[in-house]
Amino acid sequence: MTVTLNGTNSDRETTHNTAVLQIKNLRVHYATPLGDVIAVNGVDLTVFEGETIGLVGESGCGKSTLAMAILRLVQPPGRIVSGQVQIHGIDVMSLSERELRQVRWSQIALVPQGAMNSLNPVMRVKDQIAEAIETHQMKRSPQELKERILRLLAMVGLPGRVYSMYPHELSGGMKQRVCIAMAIALTPSVVIADEPTSALDVVVQRVVAQTLLDVKRTLGVSMIMIGHDMGLMAQLVDRIAVMYAGNIVEIAPVKDIFAEPLHPYTQLLLASIPSVKERKPLVVTEGLTHDLRRPPPGCIFQLRCPFVMDICREVVPPLRELRPNHYAACHLY
Amino acid sequence: MSQPLLEVRNATKIYRGGFLRPGQQLVALQDFDLTIPEKPATITAIAGESGSGKTTLANLILGFITPTSGQILYRGQDILTMSTRQKLEYARQVQAIFQDPYAVYNPFYRVKHIFDLVIKNFKLAQSKQAARDLIEEALKMVGMRGEEVLEKYPHQLSGGQRQRMMVARAYLLKPRLIVADEPVSMVDASLRAMILDIMLRLRDQQNISFLYITHDLSTAYQVCDDIYILYQGSIAEKGDTIQVIQNPKHPYVQLLIDSVPVPDPNQKWDTSVTLPSEEALRSEVDTGCRFYPRCPYHMDRCLVKQPPLYEIDSGTHRAACYLYDQPLAEAQSGGMEQ
Repeated sequence: MTVTLNGTNSDRETTHNTAVLQIKNLRVHYATPLGDVIAVNGVDLTVFEGETIGLVGESGCGKSTLAMAILRLVQPPGRIVSGQVQIHGIDVMSLSERELRQVRWSQIALVPQGAMNSLNPVMRVKDQIAEAIETHQMKRSPQELKERILRLLAMVGLPGRVYSMYPHELSGGMKQRVCIAMAIALTPSVVIADEPTSALDVVVQRVVAQTLLDVKRTLGVSMIMIGHDMGLMAQLVDRIAVMYAGNIVEIAPVKDIFAEPLHPYTQLLLASIPSVKERKPLVVTEGLTHDLRRPPPGCIFQLRCPFVMDICREVVPPLRELRPNHYAACHLY
Repeated sequence: MSQPLLEVRNATKIYRGGFLRPGQQLVALQDFDLTIPEKPATITAIAGESGSGKTTLANLILGFITPTSGQILYRGQDILTMSTRQKLEYARQVQAIFQDPYAVYNPFYRVKHIFDLVIKNFKLAQSKQAARDLIEEALKMVGMRGEEVLEKYPHQLSGGQRQRMMVARAYLLKPRLIVADEPVSMVDASLRAMILDIMLRLRDQQNISFLYITHDLSTAYQVCDDIYILYQGSIAEKGDTIQVIQNPKHPYVQLLIDSVPVPDPNQKWDTSVTLPSEEALRSEVDTGCRFYPRCPYHMDRCLVKQPPLYEIDSGTHRAACYLYDQPLAEAQSGGMEQ
């Protein structure tokens, strides 16, 4: 076994070519009395080694569902209808519950939405992290375990005394960092963080965001960061995937998306960012998303699109590479 | 000077510990002053992080809680000593919009119910038709039509629609002031702009002032006229919004504005900056400046007494920091030259 244990630093800034996680044609539906809601509509996504992908979109667009589906954690009435998820070539969809447990956490870890509220209030931090380690890997000697937990806490910038503290003794940002420490406890290759800094004050948000950047840099782990704050995304991620009504409508390196957003929805999303650097007139758009049970034929964004054409009402635009590494699903191009 | 519309004078609110922690007290708001002029209508931002006292202020103004000391005056009249009739009038003229547009509706009633209730309670209309006309007018203001929404149940509306309905409900009463407590923190980016735009239109066309309570400095910067930035119950800095955001003076406000992520991947955060540890962020001092433990410029005198608001410019810009105590600063620099 020559697998690097804690991913000692190498030139990972540039190693963006090996695919770690591959998602193909993933579909998730939620059953309702009036028909299935299509939450994730045939999504393809590849995550490369050491990169951070930002998954953005408004509430209800399916970004959290996609994250849960990658780990096969979708709960009824939701179900994965079809699709493939491969991590390091392992097909996650065909694993047994037992095998899946090995993959979760040690290969892909999740920091769920509102993770800081999911800590057990009557367990000390050390016991919670130890539990995460021992559930997914074998038992270890107490000494080894303690050293490892202390190392993890140091990695997320928490002082050693947090080790024996209870969650209520910690602030929101510290709890969130404990959750990040748990997520990286088994040095997974992919960490999925669902709105890791929402509900935190802006100064603390920055501390937690910086923690994530540091962790990524020292471990070389790939990340999928879910959120709706484009400002935060600009600061944290390498590539952005924009989701609308269950579909990825645009995916590109972060600088390209900010410099030249191609999909009208991305343009709308970027135009509506308020900034403290520049006071600009508000961009107001009318329009609602269609009923997710009955998507219109053709482009899913047609009801809100300012540039809608006849073809958009008939033909679904495929996700095409319109600029180098810049994909968008739109008939305009 | 004409009488202001709303004036908060030296308001302090102290919460005392319950039976679990007798004797403990928490100063949620301390010696707070605020003035909203009668004319022209303005949007005033109250900004700060969680626990800074911004919702306490909203609750005081709306009369949900009473101040431990200090006064809240509406057109010169203390809201605590108002007669029943004055109170009713105050309740009509000062309206509120809350953060969660999902929680304010009763799920068993059609959304029309929230309008019917106000019309009945304030006797706004004599006939059904007159009532309907009033509702339609209010809905038009927020870009909606009665036939689209009134007969629906709350769960059939989107978050943005619900929040716009709440604005319409408030507008129905032709208020002079709307206290908006985080009205856009739960709606999506594209709808956020729509709600803020409605606020601007109500200000300019209907002469309605807003108290916009928020943790989000970027939206405050886009729409507000004046801003008050709170830190642990006291004003850290206040003034014209553009002045304060572009040229922050208080070290806390500087840190706050510096921490807002810039939506530009070419302007990355300087990640080499060591941020204050979270203990420092949370530690409290009993006397003097509340920001002392986090402040990079802290001086001994900061611990002695809470700094008053010092003048930054001849306008309204003020900061509660001894760094701007002019005579002393001159004296100090003079002392160093010797």
